[in-house]
Amino acid sequence: MRNAWVICRKELASYFVSPVAYILLIMFGLIFGFFFWNALGYFVNEGIEMQLRGSSFPMNLNEQIIRPLLQNVSVVGLFFIPMITMRLFAEEKRTGTIELLATSPVRDLEVIVGKWLAAVILYSCLLLFTAVNFAFLFKYGNPDWKPLLVGYLGLLLQAGALLAIGTFISTLTKNQIIAGAVTFGVCLLLWVLEWVSGYESSTWARVLAYLSVITHFESFGRGVVDSKDAIFYATVIFLGLFFTARSLESLRWRS
Amino acid sequence: MINVKELTKRYARTTAVDHISFEVGKGQIVGFLGPNGAGKTTTMRMLTCFLPPSSGSATVAGFDVLEQPLEAKRRIGYLPETPPLYPEMEASEYLRFVGKLKGLSGEELDKRIDYVCDRCAIADVRKKLLGKLSKGYRQRVGLAQAIIHNPDVLILDEPTAGLDPKQINETRDLIKNLAGSHTIILSTHILPEVEQTCEQVIIINKGKLVATDSVRNLQARARGAESVILEIAGRNGTVEPTLVQQRLVKVSGVSNVSLKNQQDGRAIFEVESQKGQLVRGDLARAVVESGWDLNELRPASMSLEEVFLQLTGNETLAEKAAAKGAQP
Repeated sequence: MRNAWVICRKELASYFVSPVAYILLIMFGLIFGFFFWNALGYFVNEGIEMQLRGSSFPMNLNEQIIRPLLQNVSVVGLFFIPMITMRLFAEEKRTGTIELLATSPVRDLEVIVGKWLAAVILYSCLLLFTAVNFAFLFKYGNPDWKPLLVGYLGLLLQAGALLAIGTFISTLTKNQIIAGAVTFGVCLLLWVLEWVSGYESSTWARVLAYLSVITHFESFGRGVVDSKDAIFYATVIFLGLFFTARSLESLRWRS
Repeated sequence: MINVKELTKRYARTTAVDHISFEVGKGQIVGFLGPNGAGKTTTMRMLTCFLPPSSGSATVAGFDVLEQPLEAKRRIGYLPETPPLYPEMEASEYLRFVGKLKGLSGEELDKRIDYVCDRCAIADVRKKLLGKLSKGYRQRVGLAQAIIHNPDVLILDEPTAGLDPKQINETRDLIKNLAGSHTIILSTHILPEVEQTCEQVIIINKGKLVATDSVRNLQARARGAESVILEIAGRNGTVEPTLVQQRLVKVSGVSNVSLKNQQDGRAIFEVESQKGQLVRGDLARAVVESGWDLNELRPASMSLEEVFLQLTGNETLAEKAAAKGAQP
């Protein structure tokens, strides 16, 4: 797996040498910063109203700020993930550098894992940005850090799954825009699938809701590691990378 | 070093490479020759384990490309038609990355990077972004990348395409220098390149092997009979071609004499003789004894261009090339 690390470092370098990583970081930071400021505003406002009304409804940073914010991050992530994965293989195919990777003494799996890992690491950098905001809560409040950590774990697992899907889609085309657009479509679809459960309770509706990546994040958001959900994400990661490997192989037989 | 047996690549509708077999010995430079679309790149891609063959087999440095691709790849350096460069990387960074992929590390890697930079004359662009390099430099970085792990076999797909004449010469010299320690296959559709750099030629056309032989043998083979070019001048400044012709035909072994050119009291003849007969000495004697000056006597070797066109079945073009080649 030394080769996977070599590939991963090269991918990270090209994210951070080009403006891609910085633009993603800045946009994500801005968007999340707005969400945080907003959530904090509501929280403070509610606190003042409670005091005025004299009621003593317990205020909880974890329940009222961290949890909804993590939910938001999981949704915002859907928009950023295609931008991270779209170039992974599409660009190599367009410039012909895929020929270098394919003729080097490296296994396909090492290439795939290396690239996927680089994408996961870039996404973790985005998450680190959110941690800066949460740090203020710990400075001025006293939230429980365990649910937050579990939340991050859930976000990483969810992103890992979607990034694996994005990596697969990137092998299907030479065109980054197409790879990005299709990945975005798939991510969005996987998110909204859950809506059917709102009005339907047939088996089909339950299957669709189960496939929705968002439903599996809920437990993590609450600060609970549900092995069912963890296994779901792990399965999607495995399948995504497996299909990527198949796709790379078929590329050779076809091209 | 390279052993190809009945290698075939079929696509849905076409057969790109059709039962090709050849062998390349250690340390040889082999030219892979063919018109565009002949299947050169496809064959090379199969040798480098990029494409799996539909049938047949190929071994490189003793390793089968299908059975033991990793071992084979370790011993191959490959320069595709367009050098596989990452525009956002610096040259040295890129070479380090490729070196690591090929299994080098530590001090050895540093040494190899210095060595290939020196060898391919890219030391002055080590810190430049690959995307900003000129075509010539890009090609050389591509070559440096191919030899970084000191492979037994080098496979170069049109290494001089798109370079200017000076760069072409430099690249050819570089390739010639690399022979000996590496076995090299290079593809091209430029014939002088093969004549200048290669010892052995493999000609393919429409996916089929047309000929494989040494450059010299191919030229001889295409001609069939031996033929000689003679330039003769009269002592008094004039020469009577018909007289000369009559005299030369009498030399034993000569089958045909034709006048090629005549000017300023000199006449150029092409003398064909039966195969296996050495007539040059007799010809020279006949000319001198008849009182003419013998300005030049040389074997009329066919240029590879004519051989190539003849072999790939383009006869009218071959004749044109022959006519052009015969003019001094």
